Amino acid sequence: MSTTVRTAPRFKGKRYRLDKPELLAPAGNLEKLKFAVHYGADAVYIGGRQYGLRSNADNFSFEEMKEGVEFAARYGAKVFVATNIYAHNEDIAGLEHYLRSLEEAGIAAIIAADPVIIETAQRVAPKLEVHLSTQQSTVNWQAVQFWKEEGLPRVVLGRETSFEEIAEIKRHVDIEIEAFIHGAMCSSYSGRCVLSNHFTDRDSNRGGCCQSCRWKYDLFVDDAPAAGQDEDQFTMGSKDLCMIEYLPELIEVGVDSFKIEGRMKSVHYVATVVNAYRQAIDAYFADPEGYELKREWVEEIYKAANRPLNTGFFLDVPGAEDHIYGPEEKAAPYDFAAVVLDYDDRTGFATLQQRNHFKLGQEVEFVGPGGTFFKQTVTELTDAEGEALEAARHPMQHVRLRTLKPVRPMDMMRKKMR
Amino acid sequence: MTYQPELLATAASLEELERLASAGADAFVAGDARFGVRLAGHFDADGMKAAVSLAHAQGKKLYAAANNLIHNDSLEALQRHLAFLSEIGVDAIVFGDPAVLMAARRHAPDVTLHWNAEMTSTNYATAEYWRRRGASRFVLARELNMEQIEEIRAATDMELQVQVHGMTNIYHSKRKLVGSYLDHLHGDGNSEATRGGMHLTEQERPGERYPIFEDASGTHIMSSDDICMLENLHELLGIGVNSLKIEGMLKPIEYNEIVVRAYRQAIDAYMANPEGYVFREEWLEPIREAQDPDRELSYGFFYKEQVY
Repeated sequence: MSTTVRTAPRFKGKRYRLDKPELLAPAGNLEKLKFAVHYGADAVYIGGRQYGLRSNADNFSFEEMKEGVEFAARYGAKVFVATNIYAHNEDIAGLEHYLRSLEEAGIAAIIAADPVIIETAQRVAPKLEVHLSTQQSTVNWQAVQFWKEEGLPRVVLGRETSFEEIAEIKRHVDIEIEAFIHGAMCSSYSGRCVLSNHFTDRDSNRGGCCQSCRWKYDLFVDDAPAAGQDEDQFTMGSKDLCMIEYLPELIEVGVDSFKIEGRMKSVHYVATVVNAYRQAIDAYFADPEGYELKREWVEEIYKAANRPLNTGFFLDVPGAEDHIYGPEEKAAPYDFAAVVLDYDDRTGFATLQQRNHFKLGQEVEFVGPGGTFFKQTVTELTDAEGEALEAARHPMQHVRLRTLKPVRPMDMMRKKMR
Repeated sequence: MTYQPELLATAASLEELERLASAGADAFVAGDARFGVRLAGHFDADGMKAAVSLAHAQGKKLYAAANNLIHNDSLEALQRHLAFLSEIGVDAIVFGDPAVLMAARRHAPDVTLHWNAEMTSTNYATAEYWRRRGASRFVLARELNMEQIEEIRAATDMELQVQVHGMTNIYHSKRKLVGSYLDHLHGDGNSEATRGGMHLTEQERPGERYPIFEDASGTHIMSSDDICMLENLHELLGIGVNSLKIEGMLKPIEYNEIVVRAYRQAIDAYMANPEGYVFREEWLEPIREAQDPDRELSYGFFYKEQVY
């Protein structure tokens, strides 16, 4: 990354692993689930209609979960459900039924923080694995040991843990460790923030978070403002996490599941980020000694990035350069333009489903799983019936475009924003 | 067992402990800042020992706060600390990280445990979960309302503790947010960040001042109002809440003395005659007079409905 200086990690495990870590991706809906799996996620986590912390996401019905589980199974991938709220009394009725329904739908694991959910799942839905959510802010090995003794096979660590702390946890406790490696972060210890409750009467620990940490504040020291009129205001908002440059360290420290944040993010975001990490993990395991970070993986990630990126707590406690003061920087320079539905080798035309306006003369690029990549200009564009078009104007419209190279269904086309 | 509510206060120092004991507090929370978080003050080993003696000499209880989120590097010292707390005879250890439970099982097996994870202690089944793992008291999240507190009371025999007065923590980050920001402004933030006397305002809420401070545990943001349930204390007493807590952090001793005295009067009046109890405005008057005009006295979340 251009903005970070790659310092040698203080921790160096150098124990080569035979088993690949799991790449775990978010999926806000069925389409995102399919893209995440198709682009290389070993597992995805989704939200149901209850008990999850993204009450604004479109979230899955049980029917959609079943379809998602079946789709994922074709790739050998698993589906987890986030049931990560801190429940109130009124949430408890219905919990047993909900958890049994997840089990019936073929969900492999739930991600839970509240003991009532953990214990109820263990009792009524024993086929569901229970993974301890990051909402518990577990940051030491004794607490990890506690949850292991409670029968949990996996703990998602608090995002405040460093490489060294993770190494120590792995040394002391034989349990699967999941760590966030990419995406937006709570700037608080997860679960230890009720700003939304106080500002807007929305319960942050039941999915009502209104991201108050990203608002602007004035800091006063003894009643005098800390900043001058033209200076940046105070914020708690953090840059987003990106650990692509430290993949060997993550593998060697023994993280079992690499988690990408973002159930609210787009298909394009999820597919792009998964694609980059998938290639990096596979490259490492193909040749650990000879592994090198490829510039194109990093470039790909930047094409989907919503905010400036950093390394969270992995190397050190974040400082001034890790927070976003002043206006948020511009969004990604590329925009999702279309999905490939089909390709005809005889004519060299691809059938596309439009996701954003694009037109003749525009520079676009095609991306697919495993590093498929090429750029071209939009020259020959027609509607589904073969009538020439100047532009693809309508959302979800089917159009045909001559592509420079063959493409496959679920490849993505993006356009440059400027 | 007859119902005997406890009036619980915080103490920043031995002096405060003594004065609030005289004002009518039944029990105190105090702690070592290496393991306790958002304490009114820091008590080192000698201080903790003296606090226990002082409290016990007057028939009061002393609960040791070990309620921080613990990182690996504190685990060894935690074990020694819990053994020490057991040795000096604290009446309970207050915790919110399972690591403390693990260490207490081995190093302080006879000490009573109070589960206090602040905002995440939100339902009766979770209370029961921690009871089965050794906690005898459940400290309720301040974001619960009266109805929810009543339901929890009905569903568990555990001791329940509810905060009735003072500020509450609304955000805890491990990040050094004040230092980072001051660094961003002038490049010399870290020396200034841990001083006191800071607050935040949010532009849509100009009158609300949220205290903020930074310490070894990170950054803490506190509520802009002070809960004051004095007028409706009989509701909590009627429900059977076991411990009523006055949070005295960031307040002068004189203020806390006035507050403790007021709640003492109300509790005593209620206990003497629950049916005939009438709240008396004159109990509240001294608190109103001593109250920082920038901080509203409020009912917190006791009568609120939240959405999500």
